[in-house]
Amino acid sequence: MSASPAKTSDRREQRVKSPRPVRRTITLAIDYGIMIALALFFLFPIVFMIVSSFKPEKLMFDDLKTILWAFIPRDVTLENYSSVFRRVPFGRFMFNSTFIVLATVSAGMLVNSMIAFALARLRWRGKTLILSAIIALSIVPLDAIVVPLLVLVNGFPWLDGTIGWLDTLHVQIIPFIADAFSIFLFYQFFIGIPRDFDEAAYIDGASPVSVYRRIIVPLSRPVFATVAILQALFLWSSYLWPLMATRGEDSRPLTVGITSFYGQDVKWAQIMAFASMITIPVLILFLLFQKWFVQSVAASGLKGA
Amino acid sequence: MRRSTGPTGHETVYAWLMSAPALIGLFIFVALPLFGGVYWSLTNKRLISPLPTEYIGLQNYWNLLGLQIIKLQPEIDEATGAAQVDLEGNPIYPRTRTIVRGNPAYSGFREWFTTDVFGGRYVVIARDPTFLRSLINTCVFVLVIVPGQGGLALIMALLVNQRLRGRYVFRTIYFSPVVTSMAVLAIVWTFLYNPDQGLINRFLSAITFGRFQPDWLVSADSALLAIIILSAWQAAGFQMVIFLAGLQGIPQSLYEAAQIDGGNTWQQFRHVTIPQLRNTTIFVIISTTILAFRLFTQVDVMTKGGPQDATVTVVFHAVDTGFRQQKIGYGSAVTVLFFIIVVTIALIQRALLKSDIEVE
Repeated sequence: MSASPAKTSDRREQRVKSPRPVRRTITLAIDYGIMIALALFFLFPIVFMIVSSFKPEKLMFDDLKTILWAFIPRDVTLENYSSVFRRVPFGRFMFNSTFIVLATVSAGMLVNSMIAFALARLRWRGKTLILSAIIALSIVPLDAIVVPLLVLVNGFPWLDGTIGWLDTLHVQIIPFIADAFSIFLFYQFFIGIPRDFDEAAYIDGASPVSVYRRIIVPLSRPVFATVAILQALFLWSSYLWPLMATRGEDSRPLTVGITSFYGQDVKWAQIMAFASMITIPVLILFLLFQKWFVQSVAASGLKGA
Repeated sequence: MRRSTGPTGHETVYAWLMSAPALIGLFIFVALPLFGGVYWSLTNKRLISPLPTEYIGLQNYWNLLGLQIIKLQPEIDEATGAAQVDLEGNPIYPRTRTIVRGNPAYSGFREWFTTDVFGGRYVVIARDPTFLRSLINTCVFVLVIVPGQGGLALIMALLVNQRLRGRYVFRTIYFSPVVTSMAVLAIVWTFLYNPDQGLINRFLSAITFGRFQPDWLVSADSALLAIIILSAWQAAGFQMVIFLAGLQGIPQSLYEAAQIDGGNTWQQFRHVTIPQLRNTTIFVIISTTILAFRLFTQVDVMTKGGPQDATVTVVFHAVDTGFRQQKIGYGSAVTVLFFIIVVTIALIQRALLKSDIEVE
């Protein structure tokens, strides 16, 4: 600390200078104090979950009594993890969740960016009408339509001639490919790309499809990343729709898998292991691609405002 | 500037072809269910039923919103003609159930709550008290979480926006709950909230010497608060990042100008930061409000709407009636009302943003 020593000849200078660093140190200490307290608040459930998942059930409960020990690993065991694999088809749930996210996001990027391209960069009749319809649809929350949607998909035919989409993977994919908000994000980005690029290509005789593929898509990597991350986060944690549309374990994603596991015979250490296996992979992806995650969220706000 | 090459008819064909997949998807999976929901809300449709579906007009809506207030008359002592009183001198009232049962006009109603105001006892009866409770719970949730979570997010954004060592680490920590799944963390928090063994009460007990021990999810008084805290924990990082983007969009020259004018930190915050963050703040408020109205997952995992309907929400009630009880018509009516609420808020948002742009 650089508070000036007491025996300074110039008292006026001391009065001006000395409170400054002291006050700054105090503000700094308060800032760090608040930041650390908040960090503990945001971290403790996740740390507790991961640490507990490696403890025997009894030790996990004993360690709660001291609070601090609840966050320190000891008697590390993988027993909880192997129990989860024994009791439920965890691999199946993991495959379902991953497949649903990857299929929906990749199909969605193509479908939504194509229509956004047509709306932002082609001249055709009806595009203003369609654009307003899409903006209107973007405020329809999924929760407001789940009940009738369930009735509808229950009566839809599928490729193999069966009727009803319930208890399948495609019932969790196809309805979510076309997404009004994603279209809106793509549209906002595409409309900002200078016209000169595609004008030149059209003069060379390129078709709209090749302009989309060769010029617009390569220039738009950031918005593709934004849409992919926002959609993937939403789909990975989706709960209400899979809860309604799936009954058996075969087509269930992780979120519904763990809640039905929780509803059976409650073994907390095993639940923590199950929860950790869902959470840790996403946390690792987040830490690796942090910049992209943060930019996507920031972009969702800027575009909306 | 009309393009010289490429006939427009040609371009129109491409435009429709490239739009078709998304348009078909949005039509079948958003527009159709939306209209289907409005239509089915006027019927008594059930998912599996031997009876044919009938058009019943607005009956579902009356059943949802039906509400009556009855002023209770004290029991009269037949001998004296005066009101009967109990040992403490309070008038004795007849039981609500007797009144509701005895009057055909009240058939289908249940007691919602009873209250003593204006020197008399009133009983409020409703056809679906759970739905009305869900409206109130959802509004309370929204009114607490929007300023609470938004304020927390703004404080966090201001903290990590300073040029402090380690600010990226803190930003990462605050944001990390956003990437977790609510259904999963709701289970973990259920354990943390356990009144006897949960970490939260162990911690509160340690710092208050056992004086403050809420029952959290077990008690009707604190269950909604418990869900609010979890919700803010999970989502505050999202709003923090949006505020951070807003803060970083403020031109540095404005702060420099304020410093030249002798403005201190508080004055800079008051006269530069707050006005410049106006659009961001409106966006955060509106998007949080709409998200908050959709509250479902936490409630379904942690409390199933209980205890005593203390945490039942509009979406939970829609799913409970339309899906679990398979009353499609009734559940659809709940979702239609829910949709009207959300659209109203979205329209208010547009209006606010528009007036804001005009001002600038």
